[in-house]
Amino acid sequence: MPKGPWEVMGPAVPSQTDENIRGRYVNSFKVLAALVIPLLLLTVLVGEDPYQIFLTVFSFCLGVFVWVIDLGVKIANAGVGLLGWRFPAWLSGAHIGGLVHHVVLFLLPFVLILMVVQLLPAVIVWMELKAAAHMQVRLGPMRVGRWHGWAQPFADGIKLFLKEDLVPAKANKWTHFLAPVIVLAPAYICYAPIPFGKTAVVDLDIGLLFVLAVSGLAVVGMLMAGWGSNNKYTVLGGLRAAAQVVSYEIPRVISVLPIVMWAGTMSLSGIMTAQEGLYAGFLPKWFIFYPVVGQISFVIYLITTVAETNRTPFDLAEAEAELVSGFHTEYAGIKFSIFFIAEYAYVFLGCALGALLFLGGGAPLPFMGWIPSYVWFFGKTFFLVFLFIWFRWTFPRIRVDRLMEFCWKFLLPWSLVNIAIAGLLML
Amino acid sequence: MSELPGPAGTINASADDLITGPLFETKCERISETEMLLNMGPQHPSTHGVLRVVLKLDGEVITDAVPDVGYLHRGVEKLAENRTFSQFNILTDRNDYLCAMLNNWAYCGAVENLLKTSVPERAQYIRVIVGELNRVASHLVYIGTFGIDIGAFTPFLYAFGREREIIMDLFEQLCGARLTYNFIRIGGVMSDLPEGWIDKAQKFVGHMRHCLKEYDDLLSYNPIFLDRTKGIGVLTKDKAINCGITGPNLRASGAALDLRKQDPLYSKFDFEMAVRESGDCWDRYMVRRDEIEQSLRIIEQALNTLPSGDVMAKIPKINLRPPAGESYYQLEGARGWLGVYLVSNGDVKPYRLHIRAPSFINVSLLQELLKGWKIADVVSILGSIDIVLGEVDR
Repeated sequence: MPKGPWEVMGPAVPSQTDENIRGRYVNSFKVLAALVIPLLLLTVLVGEDPYQIFLTVFSFCLGVFVWVIDLGVKIANAGVGLLGWRFPAWLSGAHIGGLVHHVVLFLLPFVLILMVVQLLPAVIVWMELKAAAHMQVRLGPMRVGRWHGWAQPFADGIKLFLKEDLVPAKANKWTHFLAPVIVLAPAYICYAPIPFGKTAVVDLDIGLLFVLAVSGLAVVGMLMAGWGSNNKYTVLGGLRAAAQVVSYEIPRVISVLPIVMWAGTMSLSGIMTAQEGLYAGFLPKWFIFYPVVGQISFVIYLITTVAETNRTPFDLAEAEAELVSGFHTEYAGIKFSIFFIAEYAYVFLGCALGALLFLGGGAPLPFMGWIPSYVWFFGKTFFLVFLFIWFRWTFPRIRVDRLMEFCWKFLLPWSLVNIAIAGLLML
Repeated sequence: MSELPGPAGTINASADDLITGPLFETKCERISETEMLLNMGPQHPSTHGVLRVVLKLDGEVITDAVPDVGYLHRGVEKLAENRTFSQFNILTDRNDYLCAMLNNWAYCGAVENLLKTSVPERAQYIRVIVGELNRVASHLVYIGTFGIDIGAFTPFLYAFGREREIIMDLFEQLCGARLTYNFIRIGGVMSDLPEGWIDKAQKFVGHMRHCLKEYDDLLSYNPIFLDRTKGIGVLTKDKAINCGITGPNLRASGAALDLRKQDPLYSKFDFEMAVRESGDCWDRYMVRRDEIEQSLRIIEQALNTLPSGDVMAKIPKINLRPPAGESYYQLEGARGWLGVYLVSNGDVKPYRLHIRAPSFINVSLLQELLKGWKIADVVSILGSIDIVLGEVDR
């Protein structure tokens, strides 16, 4: 045998052996278990109402706070009392404590929603990175934060925050600036009437209508981004987004009408309560199990929600191959990350709504009521989020004219037929 | 604008001329108020390199398209005139970098024709094995990038990141390089196969057959993929022949023409020509997918019947002076007929060299093919005719 480079380099390691692949599957299940089991145990320990625990801890802390203030005021009064002065009566622990109590309890829901909308995208991004990686025989982020790259989205976020905010020279400055704000703002508002578990921040009577209507506003921001960037690709992306979102809004709204007919209310918590209980003692009363209508509604809702959130196979507005990521081509740094956060906020919103309307929201499976309702809610929502991720990394992109045909010639007629069937069944 | 030199019909102008100058106006009539000019490339994710296509759009429909090549021009054919015959071999790798082995082979074949040397049989078999492996690797890149063009990202990581990687590993063991091999040399191949290589290659053949089924499930028969590619960008058989299209693009249009079928070396192996009828994007994709299957058959047979003996003919290592004369050698490259025309005046350097690059001829189709389709179809048509800009621009 002649000498060759293989003698210097040694045998090449085959990158994909069966054992490697099997090991990766086992590993991903281990990761999943390591994530889910402790969280589940914690929530079962906490029980149905974490708010009560918060209140107990909060009132204890407040009691200590009040006691400290009273003590301070007493000592101070003893001091200034020598001079014949006295602090005013409103400067007492009871007054200040009461003020803090009111302010905290008033601000809590807002802070919670802000945090949810900020943090959930990070969670979903990490989930997407890992799920996509394992679907594509990769590992995904493994280093940032040590444990399976859990801090990768935060690192990405910091990187985006520190980047220079570039505005194209000939862009329409105000339109360009306001577009990400207008895309993100409705996402915050829409989370208000969603019951996370059994309680919503604001229990609106027309919650369903409100969420569907307000989330449709984001398209204005996309159009603004497309137009304001002064770039042909972004204009095409913005126009596509507008056409798509406006068209798919219609079958989406119609597909959820049977639920309103069935539950007799548009309040989201009302719809959730209607789905508690069992058919024939074993089948949950979730709307997806409602004969015929439930399944058709669910499929149409799922498809239209994927289209509404501009995700593959309907990601024409940000088609990377053709339009160089569409309406946000000209955005960098923090503004780009706002578009990014908004996309994932809408994905979670769509999935949360899907879980509420079709999968019973916080309603448990039979004999599993010991798991708190918010776990059910988040579990179902993340299952739907996983479906979205699965679609994204499996399907090619549909073409723009076929997209419209699919909406107007297939989804819309079927959603109308669905309402008719629902009417017949509910007579 | 001044008249630009160059033969009539070639695109040989500065960027401004193409958009506003006389050249663009002759290529497509003046732009109307409802139309828009869109500059696709040279920096664009799906032009597969630095190709620029100027599109005239009516809404999303393309009314005219002008491809503009030359951004990657390195003057390879001129460089050949300043290098010795064996020195130029490494530059052939850089033309079509996705199937560098076949480029080496085409050039070495031309030099061997001049020298009138015959290559040892074992070396010929090794050439077939590595050539077909490289064809598989090239088609795998095609499958992956075509998937990305259509919007499916995952097949790319299967084809490019998993299967092609094994081929790269095999080649790395063979010659130490993973992309530009310089493995096929004038008179034979660089070295014999290392120990255990044949087993690994055979294992890969089995693995690859299994993976083709996976691609079919994931991509080839996906309804959205079919919707995006069936009936899109149809190239008729006559048109393809008239334009000088060769290789998989021609066979997708229904013409059964494969240089390997006429090659006495390949007549030792039992394989079928991959031919499809309608000439749309899906057929161009499927021809390549079928060709992977046939290449695997050839590799398997060649590995099983590999003769023993030398891998290099007795030719001078330095001071190689082919007799004065000219030669033309062509073989079935991964993108079409890859030909090398070589003129020698008896010196150590070639007097003139020309490469018939199949990608360059394929890219000339674009203007005809793109008209009337939508922007999304530009990407699928461009992806389906499979160009490598390194070879287009040379």
